[in-house]
Amino acid sequence: MNNNLNLKLKVWRQSNPKAVGAFVDYNVSVSPDASFLEMLDELNNELEKNNQEPVVFESDCREGICGTCGMVINGEPHGPLRKIATCQLHMRNFKDGQTIWVEPFRAKAFPIIKDLAVDRSAFDKIIQAGGYISVNTGSAQDANALPISKDIASDAFDSAACIGCGACVATCKNGSAMLFVSAKVTQFALLPQGQPERQQRAEAMVAKMDELGFGSCSNTYACEAECPKGISVRNIAKLNHEYLSAKCKSTNVEA
Amino acid sequence: MGILDSKVPAGPIESKWTNHKFNLKLVNPANKRKYEIIVVGTGLAGASAAATLGELGYKVKAFSFHDSPRRAHSIAAQGGINAAKNYQNDGDSIFRLFYDTIKGGDFRAREANVYRLAEVSGNIIDQCVAQGVPFAREYGGLLDNRSFGGAQVSRTFYARGQTGQQLLLGAYSALSRQINNGSVQMFNRREMLDLIVIDGAARGIVVRNLLTGEIEKYSGHAVVLATGGYSNVFFLSTNAMNSNATAIWRAHKKGAFFANPCYTQIHPTCLPLHGESQSKLTLMSESLRNDGRVWVPKKKGDHRPPNQIPEDERDYYLERKYPSYGNLSPRDISSRSAKEVCDEGRGVNGGEAVYLDLSEAIKRLGKKSIEEKYGNLFDMYANITGENPYDVPMKIYPAPHYTMGGLWVDYNLMSTVPGLFVLGEANFSDHGANRLGASALMQGLADGYFVIPYTIGDYLATTKFSPVSVTHDEFKKSEEGVKEQVKKLLSIKGKITVDEIHKKLGRLMWNKVGMARNEKGLKEVIGEIKELREEFWKNVNVVGKDNDLNQTLERAGRVADYLELGELMATDALNRNESCGGHFREEYQTEEGEAKRDDENYRYVAAWQFENVGKWNLHKEQLEFEFLHLAQRSYK
Amino acid sequence: MSWFWQFTNSSIGKKLTMAFTGILLIIFLIIHLAGNLSLYGGEKAFNSYAGTLEIVKPLIRIIEILLALIFILHIFNGIRVWWENKKSKPIDYAINAKSKNSTLFSRTMIHTGVVVFIFLIIHLVTFWYPYNAGGGELNLYQLVSGRFSDPIYGWFYIVAMLLLGFHLNHGFQSAFQTMGWNHKKYFSLIQLIGTIYATLIAIGFASLPIYFLYFHGR
Repeated sequence: MNNNLNLKLKVWRQSNPKAVGAFVDYNVSVSPDASFLEMLDELNNELEKNNQEPVVFESDCREGICGTCGMVINGEPHGPLRKIATCQLHMRNFKDGQTIWVEPFRAKAFPIIKDLAVDRSAFDKIIQAGGYISVNTGSAQDANALPISKDIASDAFDSAACIGCGACVATCKNGSAMLFVSAKVTQFALLPQGQPERQQRAEAMVAKMDELGFGSCSNTYACEAECPKGISVRNIAKLNHEYLSAKCKSTNVEA
Repeated sequence: MGILDSKVPAGPIESKWTNHKFNLKLVNPANKRKYEIIVVGTGLAGASAAATLGELGYKVKAFSFHDSPRRAHSIAAQGGINAAKNYQNDGDSIFRLFYDTIKGGDFRAREANVYRLAEVSGNIIDQCVAQGVPFAREYGGLLDNRSFGGAQVSRTFYARGQTGQQLLLGAYSALSRQINNGSVQMFNRREMLDLIVIDGAARGIVVRNLLTGEIEKYSGHAVVLATGGYSNVFFLSTNAMNSNATAIWRAHKKGAFFANPCYTQIHPTCLPLHGESQSKLTLMSESLRNDGRVWVPKKKGDHRPPNQIPEDERDYYLERKYPSYGNLSPRDISSRSAKEVCDEGRGVNGGEAVYLDLSEAIKRLGKKSIEEKYGNLFDMYANITGENPYDVPMKIYPAPHYTMGGLWVDYNLMSTVPGLFVLGEANFSDHGANRLGASALMQGLADGYFVIPYTIGDYLATTKFSPVSVTHDEFKKSEEGVKEQVKKLLSIKGKITVDEIHKKLGRLMWNKVGMARNEKGLKEVIGEIKELREEFWKNVNVVGKDNDLNQTLERAGRVADYLELGELMATDALNRNESCGGHFREEYQTEEGEAKRDDENYRYVAAWQFENVGKWNLHKEQLEFEFLHLAQRSYK
Repeated sequence: MSWFWQFTNSSIGKKLTMAFTGILLIIFLIIHLAGNLSLYGGEKAFNSYAGTLEIVKPLIRIIEILLALIFILHIFNGIRVWWENKKSKPIDYAINAKSKNSTLFSRTMIHTGVVVFIFLIIHLVTFWYPYNAGGGELNLYQLVSGRFSDPIYGWFYIVAMLLLGFHLNHGFQSAFQTMGWNHKKYFSLIQLIGTIYATLIAIGFASLPIYFLYFHGR
């Protein structure tokens, strides 16, 4: 096709977590309608044809909801566009002849597995520490027995929309997971269902986050700017408040 | 009846499940921790099952090929979840949901299972709300509903356009809680490659650690598969890139019958293809059909921009053909109608696309209200296509989306292998030949939260188990087999990449086992798939190593299975000499072009027993309709 | 008390310490500036202001000790947070696009903070120490106007105040955010007030050396 874009890619290649990585140059020609990941698919297909190992990158739903994909494109997680995941980035947003740098998410808490794939299991551990409402199956009351104002439900949804991709951590100069943690804490703090465990949740999740080596927030708000779901830093303010009030009010003197 | 016993309890349909629950044997609470249950797949069905079984006190080992359970493709479900709550006072009831589901499935589902599904649907909503799922609400603070295809009541609960995400995160949070408690042990990044059957019962699995390539073995007293559907056999589908059939296929090869493989759902509202490099198709929620009108130009070759085509030159073909359901006609009918008008050459610019037009709703309800309801869908569309759907009608076309077929299970969700339970999309049980919108989430959660916790207990309580460990010969044999296959794949070093073969298979399946099928095409395609399979094993190129993260190798294993499954789908489609739901045989249609069922000869579940690659034995489970009257589906 | 140490050593606890001390310092700066502005009133006005403070010397000493503690907490905690945060992000990206998602002010708090810290030491050595060592006999106005009329010191002071303004511009709203006071309706107002405050503080302090360098006595 004539309207293909010719691009120069500089892709981070690293064969295993301990190996020394480096940027490798590739030249690609791609349709402007293709997505960024489809461009990498094509590159990989070419590499495989030449018996070379394809670039490892993770992706799944390719609709911007599963949170699996994520790479740093020209210095920004999920690329230059706002409120989309990498899989939703289309090549028409690049210029013919452009050089594109592709790097993995970088943070101490997200060790590189291979090439562009990183280990984000720390997020799971934070949720396991308290990101839930303790209700056993079958013990719930009728759903409409608990009216919740439309606005509160809507705000809770805004917080719950997080896809756990880790872009916030990747872009934060401190490798902080505050946006991720605060979104979950806020969702439950807003809802009546979340009240019984409210203090304990904030305490436990923050303690786990600190333990896993995430940095602390210095309010640059880069996370909000890069978040594919536009999660607001107001969640972080809310978490700060929740944590402070939990620490002041809870009877937990051990920690 | 043959060897298939559906174990449907006797009695009136309303009390079957209640009585059955009472008759099921229980496991003493103190004994529960002695039972190890393996759950493979942690999407909606798997995560809800693992969490609930953990809550009950069983020792659960849960497996996922993702890096986290939160990535499962359940997360992508947009529209909503059905439940017979009748909160809208519009005449809904358990019986009506049951009826709609059976009818929507074109009378090819088992009555008792579907009734139970409708019966527990309300509990699901209660459970999810208690977990903190932020469903949409009315100003008064109560839950909001919307309507969906195939129903004339508003029974769909939703959380903007991200219902699946919110429900999955709910199940994931319940699962996380059990992981924290220690009752569930989570194994991420493991792909199940074999089922271990010892003394005729499922006793374990063999998985590949996707990071290290190590083959690992796990034993248990029962195995639960909740690994989703197989739409990716088409290469291009709305499924996630990694969704695959390997777990159910390997279980099938170990004795689990595969039921109704030809029942595939082609979703009517997906974004049209953009080009060769396309890796998957994107779904636009069917909920858009609530306010959207589907149309094409009346004249062939009318290439004017949509806004310049006057009202009387547009063909709102769904409204025309099905006046009472109109744009909310079931998925199979909507998809096929789109194909029809495009085959006539009336698609957008003569190609494969129709308009989904919300301009009238935008005018009526205001842009803000539409934005609130569908904002994220519109954004998604704009981002992918580069067009603004608030100004220009969206273009849509059908795409493979869901597979109603799956492993055969009885009323207890147990497959033909004792101790192997199958949940969610991976089984065949509830949707017949066509699934209604917002019913997949319902089924996944019904199976996981409210069915398996009861039925698995009965199996465990009534079965005598001999002690089994991973040192058993069957494990060794299986491990060797799995390693053998990995070695084989890496050693071929041919000329064609895995993706190229997968794309070829996808095209074959789409053209001949897609929206419309015929005897000639099916016979041809069976031969073509066999050839492609041979080519794969002779000429595929899988680069990389086995003891490493090797995504090409992962895909190769999955494609190898699709190359066998595809043949079974075609075989099943060829066997079924009727049209029903998602299975449309061109030879069997009414004069108006509607699906023509043959209840006399094909009112059965086709359950295929694996004998050899390319060879299956057919078993039939006759479907009895005691409570509903068999009727030709009409949405006019 | 283990919970208290755990709290103050937690990521949020450290930030709350920064915010809390920061807010106190913000208030202190207003008072300090108000006092300094009396320099414009001439020698008599300024020295009488200083003399008034002499009367309540014991109170001033207590405030000074508290202030010193607040400063030390703010500075050392700030350096600690910076150092620990650096460890959470050991490798930076090859291509830097930070300007696209955050402000320069927010990313340079440690740098502006360190400059202000160095300034603070010099400031104490220049003014506080001689004054207090002088036993109240010193003519403070002479000392201050003398230093401000020195172009090297004057310009150092001006630059330091500019960077202090940068520091405050981010710090002001950041403190509110950290304390949890971020409301959809009011936060943009807080940010605006922060910028106005930072500008006034920077201009207010910096205007003094400018005045003595270029306008006083001409």
